[in-house]
Amino acid sequence: MPEAGTAHQFETLEQQRDADLLGMWTFLATEVMFFGGLIMCYTFARFSYPSAFESASHRLYVAYGGTNTAILLCSSFTMALAVRAAQMGRRKPLIGLLLATILFGLAFLTVKGFEYHTDYVEHLVPRWNFRWEGSDGRQAEIFFWLYFILTMLHALHVAIGIGILAIMAVLAWRGRIREGSDIPFEISGLYWHFVDIVWVFLFPLLYLVGHR
Amino acid sequence: MNSVQTMPVPDTTAVQPPENYLTEHTVSSWLLTTDHKRICILYLLSIIVFFAIAAVAAAMMRIELLWPDGRLVLPETYNKLFTIHGVLMVWFFLIPSIPAVLGNFVIPMMIGARDVAFPKLNLLSWYLFMLGGSFVVYSVVVGGVDTGWTFYTPYSTTYANPNVITMVAGVFIAGFSSILTGLNFIVTIHKMRAPGMTWFRLPLFIWSLYSTSLILVLATPVLAITLLAISVERIWGVGIFDPNLGGDPVLFQHMFWFYSHPAVYIMILPGMGVVSELIACFSRKKIFGYNFIAFSSLAIAVIGFLVWGHHMFVSSQSIYAGMVFSILSFVVAVPSAIKVFNWTATLYKGSISFDTPMLYALGFIGLFTIGGLTGLFLAALAVDVHLHDTYFVVAHFHYIMVGGMVMGFMGGLHYWWPKITGRMYPEVAGRIAALVTFVGFNLTFFPLFLLGYLGQPRRYHSYPPEFQIFHILSTAGASILGIGYLMPLIYLLWSLRYGEKAPANPWRATGLEWQTPSPPPRDNFEQTPIVVEEPYNYPPENA
Amino acid sequence: MIQPPRIYIGTFLALIALLGATIVAGYIDLGQLNLPIAMSISIAKTLLIMLFFMHVWHGSRLTWIVAGAGFFWLMMLLALAMTDYATRHWTPVTPF
Repeated sequence: MPEAGTAHQFETLEQQRDADLLGMWTFLATEVMFFGGLIMCYTFARFSYPSAFESASHRLYVAYGGTNTAILLCSSFTMALAVRAAQMGRRKPLIGLLLATILFGLAFLTVKGFEYHTDYVEHLVPRWNFRWEGSDGRQAEIFFWLYFILTMLHALHVAIGIGILAIMAVLAWRGRIREGSDIPFEISGLYWHFVDIVWVFLFPLLYLVGHR
Repeated sequence: MNSVQTMPVPDTTAVQPPENYLTEHTVSSWLLTTDHKRICILYLLSIIVFFAIAAVAAAMMRIELLWPDGRLVLPETYNKLFTIHGVLMVWFFLIPSIPAVLGNFVIPMMIGARDVAFPKLNLLSWYLFMLGGSFVVYSVVVGGVDTGWTFYTPYSTTYANPNVITMVAGVFIAGFSSILTGLNFIVTIHKMRAPGMTWFRLPLFIWSLYSTSLILVLATPVLAITLLAISVERIWGVGIFDPNLGGDPVLFQHMFWFYSHPAVYIMILPGMGVVSELIACFSRKKIFGYNFIAFSSLAIAVIGFLVWGHHMFVSSQSIYAGMVFSILSFVVAVPSAIKVFNWTATLYKGSISFDTPMLYALGFIGLFTIGGLTGLFLAALAVDVHLHDTYFVVAHFHYIMVGGMVMGFMGGLHYWWPKITGRMYPEVAGRIAALVTFVGFNLTFFPLFLLGYLGQPRRYHSYPPEFQIFHILSTAGASILGIGYLMPLIYLLWSLRYGEKAPANPWRATGLEWQTPSPPPRDNFEQTPIVVEEPYNYPPENA
Repeated sequence: MIQPPRIYIGTFLALIALLGATIVAGYIDLGQLNLPIAMSISIAKTLLIMLFFMHVWHGSRLTWIVAGAGFFWLMMLLALAMTDYATRHWTPVTPF
C-alpha cells in the first residue's frame, strides 16, 4: 500500500521523489538533443563560413548579450536559494525568491525584446528586411537565421519557465509545502537551470565569434 | 422491522466474473484512463487504423507495379502513395507498435509495479499520437505529399507542395508522444521494480525496451528540430538546407538520419525482446546467454547512433566519413548476430512446441537474419554504390521490419492476448495465419532483392518490361500476405466474444505478469510481489 | 541534502567571474583558440551550475550519468557529422 501523500503507483514518497527527479533529468537530456540539432546547423555553418560568421556576430551588441547572461545567472542563484528554502519548509523566503527569479526572467525577455527591436532597425532580420554590405550577405543571413531561431526557441523556454515558476509561487502561497514536499520546486529548478545553461553556451557562440 | 437492512442473499447459481481492468465500460473511463493496460488498448486500436491506411497505399502501389508502364495512378500519385505508406508505417505503426502497445501493458507487470511512473503523461502520449496522426491523415486528404517519408531537401523545402508542412507537423507532434513514452519507460524501469527484482533478474523484454527507450529519448528530439527547420525554410524561405541560400542539403540528411537510423533500432529492438520471451517459453528452457543478450540490446542502442552515414554513401558525403560509417555499420551487426546465436542455442535441446507465438518467433529469427545480412551488403561502400536507392534496399528493410518486427509484434500479441483480454485465440487459425504470412511475405519481398540487384531503382512507378515477372510475383505475394494479416484481425476479434476463457498462465511461462489473473485487476497485483527467482526458470514452480 | 548558503553564494560569484572572463576573452585576438577557450569557460560555468545549483555533486551516480548523457550524445552528432565536412576537400571531387 502506498504511503500517504504519494501517487497511487508509488510505494513510498522517496520512490516518487526519485522518479520525479529522474524524469526531469531525462527530459533535460532530450532538451539538450533538441537544441543540439540547431547547434549542429550552427557548427556546419560556422565551419563553412568563418569570416562571414565573424562579421555577422560583430553586429550583435555584447552589452545586450552580456547583460542577459548576467541576469540569467542571477536568476539561477535566486532559483537555487528558492529550492533550498523549499527544502527547509520556509514559505516566505521561498515565495520571495521565486518572485525574484520570475522578475529576472521577465527582465531577460524585456532586454531580448529591446534587442530584437534594435536588430530590426539595423536591418538584420533575415528575409524581412535584411541588408548586408559585402559579398557574403547570404552567409551572414544564415548566421542571423540561426541567431533568431536559437534565441527565439530559448526565449520560448524562458517564458515557459516563468509560467511554471508562477504556478510554483501560487502553490507555495497556498501553503502546500512542508518539509519533504520540495519536489515540485526542485524539478522546476532543474528546468530553470537548464535554460540558463543553454544561454551560457549561446552567448559566446552568437556574440563572441572570433574576436572584437 | 423496516429499520433493519437485510443483506440480499447472493445468487450463487451464476458465477460473477471478477472485477478486472476491463470491467468499467463508460466512454470516459476509456478516454480519460491512466491505466497503462487500457492505454495499451487505445494504442492498439489506433495503430490498426493507421496500418490499414498504409496497407491500402501499399496495395495500390503493388497493383500499379503489375504493369511496366503504370496504368492505375499518375506518377505523382504513386509518389504520394509511397510517402504516406512510409510515414504511417514508420511513425504511426512500427515505432509505437510493441513499445506503446505491448510495452505499456507488460512492462509494469513484468517488474511487479502497479503502473508506469507517470500514468497521466502516458495518456498524454496517446493523445499527442492521435493529434499527430490526424495532421498526417489530413495532409493526405487535402492532396497528399510526394517527397517520400524521408522529406529530402531541397525538394521538400522548395519545390514540393505546401501539404508538406502539415504532414511534417503531424510527425513532429507524434515525436513528442514517442519521447514521453520513452521517458516514462526509463523512469519506470529504473525506479519501480519490485523488491528483489534486480537488473539481472529482469526479463530480456525489459532490457530491450529499456534500450529502445534510450533511443526514443535521445534521437527523437533531433528529428523534431530537423522537421522544424525544414518547416521554417519552407514557410519563410530562409534556412540552412538550400544551396541557393548558402546552405547544404546534405546537412538535412545528416540530421534526418541521425534520428532515423536509430529509429530503425527503435523498431527492431522491441521485436527482439519479444522473441527472447517466446523462444524461452516455447522451448521450455532458460534463455542461453542472458547477459550477452542484455548487453547486446544496450550495444545496439549505442552503436546504432554512430552509423547513420551509411544512408548517405552516394550523397556527396566525404568518402572518409563514409569509411568510418561503413566500419561502424559492420560493428553494429555484431550484437544482433550474438542475439541470433543465443536464440538458436536456446532452441538446441529444448522441448519445442509450435504454438502460434513460437511460429512467429521462428519466422522472425530466419527473416531477420536475411534482412540483417543484406544490410551488411549495403554497408559495404563499393557494393552500396550499385545498390543504393534500388529495390535491394527496399527488400532489405522490409525483411527486417515486416519479416522481423511485424512478426515479433504478432507473436507478442498472440502470446499476451490471453493476459490482455482474458480469452484464448483459436490456435489452429493462428498457426495457419502465421504460415500464410510467412509464405506471402517471402513471395512479396524476395523478388525485390533480385530486382534491386538487377538495377531497378526504388520509388519509380514504371520500369523496363523485363522486370515485370518479379513485380507480378511480388504482387501475388502481397495478396497472400494481406490474407495473413486479415485472418488475425478476424479471429482475434472473434475470440473476444467466443474465445475460450484464459487461465492466469496458459503458456506455463515464467515472469511476474503470469502470476496475475487474466485479465488482471486494475492494480495488477494484490500485493507487491517479492522476487527471489532467476529469470526464465523453466519449468516454473506453478506449471 | 540541504547545502549551506555559502555554496550557492560561492558558485554564483564564480559564475559572474567566469562571465567576465568570457567577455574579456572575446575582445582578445587568440586566433584559432578563441572558440576552444570560450567553450571551455562555458563548460566550466555549466559544471558549476550542474554540480551545485542542480545538486549533481551530492546526487546519485545515475544522476551523473543522465546529466552527462545528453551532452555526450550531442558530441556524437557533432563529431561524426563534422568528419564529413572536415574531410570533404581531402580528395578532389570527380563526377561519376
